[in-house]
Amino acid sequence: MIKVQGVNKFFGPLHVLKDINLNVDSGEKVVVIGPSGSGKSTLIRCMNLLETPSTGQIVVDGVDITAPKAPITKVRESVAMVFQQFNLYPHKTVLENLTLAPTLIKKISRDEASESGLAFLERVGLREKADAYPAQLSGGQQQRVAIARALNMRPTVMLFDEPTSALDPEMIQEVLDVMVDLAKEGITMVVVTHEMGFAKQVADQVIFMDGGTILEKGSPEHFFTNPEHDRTKLFLSRILR
Amino acid sequence: MPGPFAGFKWLALINDWSVFAEGFVQTILLSALGLTLALGLGIFFGLLGTSHVKLFKLLNRVYVEFIQNTPLVIQIFFLYHGLPHLGIMLPVFVVGVLGVGVYHGAYIAEVIRAGVESVPRGQLEAAYSQGFSYWGAMIHIVLPQAKRISYPPLTNQAVNLIKNTSVLAMVAGGELMYHADSWSSNNLYYGPSYVVTGLLYLSLCFPLASFAKRMERKLEVSS
Ligand SMILES: Nc1ncnc2c1ncn2[C@@H]1O[C@H](COP(=O)(O)OP(=O)(O)OP(=O)(O)O)[C@@H](O)[C@H]1O
Ligand SMILES: [Mg+2]
Repeated sequence: MIKVQGVNKFFGPLHVLKDINLNVDSGEKVVVIGPSGSGKSTLIRCMNLLETPSTGQIVVDGVDITAPKAPITKVRESVAMVFQQFNLYPHKTVLENLTLAPTLIKKISRDEASESGLAFLERVGLREKADAYPAQLSGGQQQRVAIARALNMRPTVMLFDEPTSALDPEMIQEVLDVMVDLAKEGITMVVVTHEMGFAKQVADQVIFMDGGTILEKGSPEHFFTNPEHDRTKLFLSRILR
Repeated sequence: MPGPFAGFKWLALINDWSVFAEGFVQTILLSALGLTLALGLGIFFGLLGTSHVKLFKLLNRVYVEFIQNTPLVIQIFFLYHGLPHLGIMLPVFVVGVLGVGVYHGAYIAEVIRAGVESVPRGQLEAAYSQGFSYWGAMIHIVLPQAKRISYPPLTNQAVNLIKNTSVLAMVAGGELMYHADSWSSNNLYYGPSYVVTGLLYLSLCFPLASFAKRMERKLEVSS
């Protein structure tokens, strides 16, 4: 579903991604972990071209998005992203947040988009907030709306960049519950997170990034039982405290 | 010797009210078209200023700095007296629209740039991630949010633009100030002429300015 091949990324002189190779199969759940500044966000943002790789190739669902004239807006319609800071549209109601792109970009009728939007709100437990504005919701609620907004695009891939890092501790679980529920479906998920409980529950593959490289890949069990590198052990000992 | 505001001077003015009415209408037309041009230029150059492309940013700076740092009168003189030497003769009305439009476009560009930059970058990214194009994201996501904080300074620009159309009087612009000037230089009834003219400008600008004040207060409350 996602093929990352020989990707390098520079920010000026800063070499942020170093020859990254990664395959994500259709329906696979991949969790990306690693210390701050290791390039996790940059990598996941390359997968929908919010960042452009300096060299290398990324193929999403058969489309080479790094090709010069790649139909990137078309690809983005089916590759949804959930951000650390939610990024809901504050001037739109919750339901409008869910229906805006489906109606304008995918040309789905307003009725249809509202109907499916309400269903997804129901699923994240926020149907009664359909007419509220994002500012009237708690952080956890906003992030659940953001997930519903992503789902209403009917994506085949969902990218999560630290979806719970900006949340108060007591709100983390409600968002993780929604994500675990989501993971039961065939949707492909790439999740940057330090929630190892989540990784254990849903991940098919965990990736540990360090200094712009993928230092170690494996199942969640591998990381819990016998991580190979000292860097990995040190990192895990810090986040699993 | 009768005073500057002698009764018969007012009567003369009332008699010739159509002169002032014609100027007033011209001023409104000039302002409306000038403002339209200024908004178009302002949005275009303002967005150039928010771009990451160096050339676009440079274009924005050249336009804004050049126009903001030369007097409007000189820009109007250039259009009216200068361009004919290059073989370009513009009707004075067009000179007026271009003059105030280009001048205030530069100020509006700064208002738009500041407004767009006040919208968190994540908004544009969220829109992109859903498949919006740059213009789609601007129109549906970013500009509606930028508008909120841009409205008060934009209204102030509209007020200044209306007042600045009076500069056209210096090149026989046919607008309110010109008519007031030429009417009173014939009969020397300057007093009533300028008072009435001032009130007419006030009648356009004051409602706009108070609208801006109200908006500003609303924003303060809501933020
Ligand atoms: N737009 C940018 N311009 C310049 N440098 C950047 C930019 N974005 C990221 N970087 C740098 O690239 C490196 C990797 O950043 P990235 O955000 O991918 O790390 P991360 O693993 O997501 O970290 P965190 O856990 O803090 O989110 C960092 O050193 C960061 O400062
Ligand atoms: Mg990050």
